[in-house]
This record gives sequence, C-alpha cells and structure tokens, in this order.
Amino acid sequence: MPWTRNELAREAAKELQDGFYVNLGIGIPTLVANHIPSNIDVTLQSENGMLGMGAFPYEEDVDPDLINAGKQTITELDRTSYFSSADSFAMIRGGHIDLSILGAMEVSETGDLANWMIPGKMVKGMGGAMDLVAGVKRVVVVMDHTNKKGEPKILKQCTLPLTGIKVVDRIISDLGVFDIVPGGIKIVSLSPETTEEEVRAKTEAAIV
Amino acid sequence: MSRKIFPNATEALSGLVQDGMTIMAGGFGLCGIPENLILALRESGAQNLTVVSNNAGVDDFGLGLLLQTRQIKKMISSYVGENKEFERQFLNDELELEFNPQGTLAERIRAGGAGIPGFYTKTGVGTLIAEGKEHKEFGGETYILESGLTADISIVKAWRGDAQGNLIYRKTARNFNPMMATAGRVTIAEVEEIVEVGVLDPDHIHTPGIFVQRILEGQHEKRVEQRTITQRETA
Repeated sequence: MPWTRNELAREAAKELQDGFYVNLGIGIPTLVANHIPSNIDVTLQSENGMLGMGAFPYEEDVDPDLINAGKQTITELDRTSYFSSADSFAMIRGGHIDLSILGAMEVSETGDLANWMIPGKMVKGMGGAMDLVAGVKRVVVVMDHTNKKGEPKILKQCTLPLTGIKVVDRIISDLGVFDIVPGGIKIVSLSPETTEEEVRAKTEAAIV
Repeated sequence: MSRKIFPNATEALSGLVQDGMTIMAGGFGLCGIPENLILALRESGAQNLTVVSNNAGVDDFGLGLLLQTRQIKKMISSYVGENKEFERQFLNDELELEFNPQGTLAERIRAGGAGIPGFYTKTGVGTLIAEGKEHKEFGGETYILESGLTADISIVKAWRGDAQGNLIYRKTARNFNPMMATAGRVTIAEVEEIVEVGVLDPDHIHTPGIFVQRILEGQHEKRVEQRTITQRETA
C-alpha cells in the first residue's frame, strides 16, 4: 500500500537528528515540519533569509515582512535570526546546512536530480534548488515513485534538464526508502504490502 | 534638508533614468520590494530596461506593473512562477530571460558591489547553467566561473533610514536589498520612516550610508502573496 503524502512526510522526518539545521522544499517536504519528534531539537532554515522558522501565524499576527521561501506568512521563534540572501546561501553553499529535503521530477541511479524544468512548458525557474543540492551535506528527495501514467521516475539517466549531478543521497517514494549506492539504488525499506517485485517493475534504475 | 533626502519616488528618480539601463530591484516575491520606486519607474516611461530581481512580481503588483507597460526587455531572475503576463511575453519571444540559481544571483550581486568581477561556485555544475562557462578544479571538485553583477541604478526597500543613507531592514524583507544597495552605480532607497541622524544604533545598521545616494519615505501596501494562518482552537 503506497504511503500517503502525510505518511511520506512522516517517513522523511526520520531523517532529522538532534541539533540539525534543515532546509525543507515546497510541497510534501514542507509537511515534514509537522512530524519533528518532540525529543529532538531541529532548526529550520528558509532560504529567503531566516533561521528558526515558526508555524503559520494566527490571523491577527500576519506580518507581510515575514514569509518563508514559498511566500507563505509564518512566525518567528525565540531563536530566530534574519539575514540577507547572500548570507543565506553562504549557509547553504558553504556546507553549513545538515539536510535538505526536496521534491523531484526524476532521479537517476547515480543520484542526478531533475526538478526544475520541463522543456516546451513554461519554465518557472530553479530558485534555490541548484544551490541546495550542490552545497547541503545530505540531500533527501521525496517523490512519487512513478508519474501519472505509471511510468518510472527513478531512471538510469534523467531525461529532463538537471538540477545537479550525483547529489541525491536518499529517495523516499510512496513505495519505500532507497539509497543511492555504487551501481544503483538499494532498498532500505518498503511501504506496507509493497513487494520488491512491484518496486522492480516500477523502477528503471538498477536495484542492487 | 540633506542632499540625500528626496520628497518622493518620482523626484528621487528624476535625472537618472534612461532607456536601456540595467536596474536592480530588491525583494523576494512581494516581500521587501521598492513599491514606490517601481511605480515611479513606470511613470518615467523608460524603455528596454534590463531588470535584475529574484522574482518578477505578480500581474498587477511589483515588477508585474513594468511588464504590463512593456518597459522590460530582459529579466535576470531565479524564479518567475506567479506571473501570467510574464509567461505570455516570454512564450511570444517578447521578453528575454536569464535564469540564475538563487544563491548564484545573490553572490553575483554581492561580488559586483564588492569590486569582484568573478568567482567560482559548484552550484549548477553539470546543468544547463554551466554551459559555456569556465570549469576549474579545486581540491578535486569541479567549479564554474560566474561573473559579478552591477547596475546603473539599484532600487531597494528598507524599514528605517536616515539622511546619511544608513538603512535597517525588517525581518525577511531584507533578502536581496543589502547586496543590491552595494551594486548600483546609483542606489535609491525607499523606507517606511526616515529618522533623525543618530537615532539608528550604529551597531545595528545593515547598509551603511556610503552605498545609498538617494533616500525617500514611501507609502507601502505590502501585499501578501500566500496568507497562510493557524486557526485558533474554539473552546
């Protein structure tokens, strides 16, 4: 049984460790914030210039000067600091962020990631994704295992323009958790009732 | 009255704007954008502008207003997702677009303002961004050469400023504004409040006045793009 969006976020939250500085991408990765275990201390970075991101505000506390990278209104915490975009990407590119969790359109068996552009369609831009995958210590991708037609999204080689090469450490799909290892991808765990045969049928990348 | 203080955005821009100029505009989404100076730029009627800004506003606010009037020839941005008119002009080849990764864009502006013509980064190696750029190895890793960026005019938004041009930003409205303030041949800052010189704590100034040539107090709508809220539990 494939994991739901919320279950995917819960699985991804298992990546969090005490003391981590973490950047969460837009979409399912944002939901990971709802699953941070209460016994560990995690600080969320927002690449538009904030460390220590809080929850959405109450109606009366909405502040137009306080948004996250998805342009959503948010709140600050006691620990919060603000900084410029240059300082923000010094944290990201400089290897000071422990973990980046982000979405993907395609991942290759060598850890190449494509998540910003479909040629022929309107291109919105890469935002901070290329900097995040190039600079953050550990990159975890959260994605659907196949596309809407049921075709694999975990491939031998990406067909879409890349966000980065050899950057993904782990894939968490609705079917399971997979590590990028020499020679292909390795099954770490599967969602309930999902079989290795099913994963093999729905994956183009080599499974080792 | 100080040499730097101007009564409004229109006068602050007067005598500076010409067709074909490169303009940097601060802000992330609609947060921390120089609303008043964008409107004044629209009034100026300047054409064929190259605009450096992380985003392109929305259809009826921010830089979207300059797209409506077709004053922008080229955008240098990292993400332009929320703008239908942008999409229409781009798909009809009426608008040039240069995508930069967000961190590369921030660093190009920081470098430009600091007199650094180029720098190496690993962001974008192996992607479309790296095509045609010099590659170099440092410590066994590959990096690409990116160039510093400067502008004829930078327009920035701060929270408070003074007659010396010292600026303090507020929360995440800081974003690209401090680097852009350093990278403009002329930098114009609009602030919510101009205070007496000496009021701002010198230890808390984000942009020292040397980077700011003109300053004005503006009215700010501060439009919210995504109003996400937490509902109070009803007892």
